[in-house]
Amino acid sequence: MLADKDRIFTNLYGFQSPGLEAARKRGAWDNTKTLIDAGKDWVIGEMKASGLRGRGGAGFPTGLKWSFMPKPDPARPSYLVVNADESEPGTCKDREIMRNDPHLLIEGCLIASFAMGAHACYIYVRGEYIFERERLQAAVDEAYAANLIGKNNVHGWPFDLYVHHGAGAYICGEETALLESLEGKKGMPRLKPPFPANMGLYGCPTTVNNVESIAVAPTILRRGAAWFAGFGAKNNAGTKLFCISGHVNQPCNVEEAMSIPFRELIDKHCGGVRGGWDNLLAVIPGGSSVRCVPAAQIIDCPMDFDSLGKLRSGLGTAAVIVMDKSTDIIRAIARLSYFYKHESCGQCTPCREGTGWMWRVMERMVEGRAQKREIDMLLDVTTRVEGHTICALGDAAAWPIQGLIAHFRPEIEKRIDSYAANPHSDPIRMAAE
Amino acid sequence: MSVRRLAEKQPATFAFTPENEAWARLEIAKYPDGRQASAVIPLLWRAMAQHDYWLPKAAIEKVADMLGMPHIRALEIATFYSMFNLEPVGKYCVQLCGTTPCMLRGAQDIAAVCKERIGEQRHVSADGLFAWAEVECLGACCNAPMVQINDDYYEDLTPENFRTLLDDLAAGRPAKKGSQIQRISSEPEPGKGPTLLDPALYDGSLVGAFNQRVAESIAASKQAKN
Ligand SMILES: Cc1cc2nc3c(=O)[nH]c(=O)nc-3n(C[C@H](O)[C@H](O)[C@H](O)COP(=O)(O)O)c2cc1C
Ligand code: SF4
Ligand code: FES
Repeated sequence: MLADKDRIFTNLYGFQSPGLEAARKRGAWDNTKTLIDAGKDWVIGEMKASGLRGRGGAGFPTGLKWSFMPKPDPARPSYLVVNADESEPGTCKDREIMRNDPHLLIEGCLIASFAMGAHACYIYVRGEYIFERERLQAAVDEAYAANLIGKNNVHGWPFDLYVHHGAGAYICGEETALLESLEGKKGMPRLKPPFPANMGLYGCPTTVNNVESIAVAPTILRRGAAWFAGFGAKNNAGTKLFCISGHVNQPCNVEEAMSIPFRELIDKHCGGVRGGWDNLLAVIPGGSSVRCVPAAQIIDCPMDFDSLGKLRSGLGTAAVIVMDKSTDIIRAIARLSYFYKHESCGQCTPCREGTGWMWRVMERMVEGRAQKREIDMLLDVTTRVEGHTICALGDAAAWPIQGLIAHFRPEIEKRIDSYAANPHSDPIRMAAE
Repeated sequence: MSVRRLAEKQPATFAFTPENEAWARLEIAKYPDGRQASAVIPLLWRAMAQHDYWLPKAAIEKVADMLGMPHIRALEIATFYSMFNLEPVGKYCVQLCGTTPCMLRGAQDIAAVCKERIGEQRHVSADGLFAWAEVECLGACCNAPMVQINDDYYEDLTPENFRTLLDDLAAGRPAKKGSQIQRISSEPEPGKGPTLLDPALYDGSLVGAFNQRVAESIAASKQAKN
């Protein structure tokens, strides 16, 4: 288990005050000026060496992303945009950072903006997080009042920070949809290229990063790249917030070392699986968008990008959804299909039509009111959506179903058999219905 | 995607209160010159909060005018984003999360209480107090099942504590926000978590603890460059 002294989010649960004074006592804003005076090359170099991979789902190396920003140009100012849309089902970690450890995020915004030559940063908070937004805004106000940020702040890098919010659309978590939304439009993803680093917010160079990716930066710089890289398997560095939900005895958020085995994560922090380890059915280890993994494969699996990738699943946002044997796995996945249908922005045909089609077939599969050959048809349709859309929501809608069919096909077939074996009084449909 | 339409019965006019008008000016100033459309969601949101939690057409057009946007652009925003209620929602608007993590922990049982106490989804209850709807993940999955009522989250629900909550709201009694089972946030149940207990995290001893390391690292990188 990760030792307390190695935790970055020391107020994750709000046991202490989120305010500036208490945050400083916990080590936030400690010697920040030295970090900035060291120059952007040092900052980016340390971030690269730390091995931090983006915490928003895709796992792209953060230091490398920062280095893509072009040289500052007065005609086209650079922006940092922080993705606090947190809407991936299962994920609820950025919420705790914003309401309990907001100063780590604000300090991270200053340092990251400095490293990429940005003088302004917007934090895009999901609309439903009203309390979290107020807490964050209060901390931003404190930071301004203490002159830690602002035009003439003590750190010598003029910097403005704004809290913005959405109004309930999962798709606005996709980085280009987020930028559209921030510009006051419908949240519809843009075709890439151009990438945001060249044409982002208001057509200017922009980097979008997840809350956690930004909030860990100050501590990494203080404690050193080697310290951070010391946790986790090669290529999967660091400590990580895990959000464990579903059928465990004590669902919780927790910061752990990357690559912690699944069993240890659940036993140490969640009081074990409900009904014991023999009662585990399957796990969705990285938020709703990744394929589920059956019990036998996950129990001893290290929780990191590469190990879960080998199981054709992924770490995603590290939202670990645990399902015990009481779960109707077909219904659990069908509910996710409904989610994607509901959240599709509708601009590409395979996603707009495909998500609805997949959901309707999944609903029949839940009842067993289907033909067995339709299982392969469904699988085939998922592959026609996957990779054929503007953004990754299409893939995200396809993968849960693919995971279900890969691991639980016999379950679906059994349901179809038992439906067929029972007499039903379905109305006989007329041809035109 | 879902179809969302404006309410049939609409008030003729809408005006921000002077306080909200002043707030809106500050909000618009967050964005660069010529980019005031960026403020559309916050302004619509404030308009809705002022108007019993639903957005009439007159408010949408008013916001568009304030931001120099064509009306249709603001209407698009109001219909695209699911948090904008386009019809009256009762005094307490209950949004029940029904996505899989909440479903796994009994969101259906909470839905049953809603049906019994309030009625069908998207209808205001007979007493005018409540309306409810099933919504998608609200980002509090470690505290499932949960609902949002107006601005606030209520978490770790059971049919029993949820019934009590609705009764308290209906009677105008103060209701506890957040977890309904004595959790502070998303820690393991009270007193059961093994983490964040080391007093050294909180006694100020971390302040300055890494200064020397940082200095050495910066010096080393300077040397490597020369
Ligand atoms: C449909 C969709 C929804 C997403 N939602 C979020 C989100 O809520 N929060 C987030 O940080 N990233 C989300 N992402 C990922 C972002 O597009 C982007 O990769 C991320 O913010 C980059 O930050 P990082 O490099 O720090 O991980 C989403 C992606 C897609 C395709
Ligand atoms: S894949 Fe779906 S959500 Fe993404 S742009 Fe296309 S229609 Fe919109
Ligand atoms: S699934 Fe209900 S809050 Fe996330």
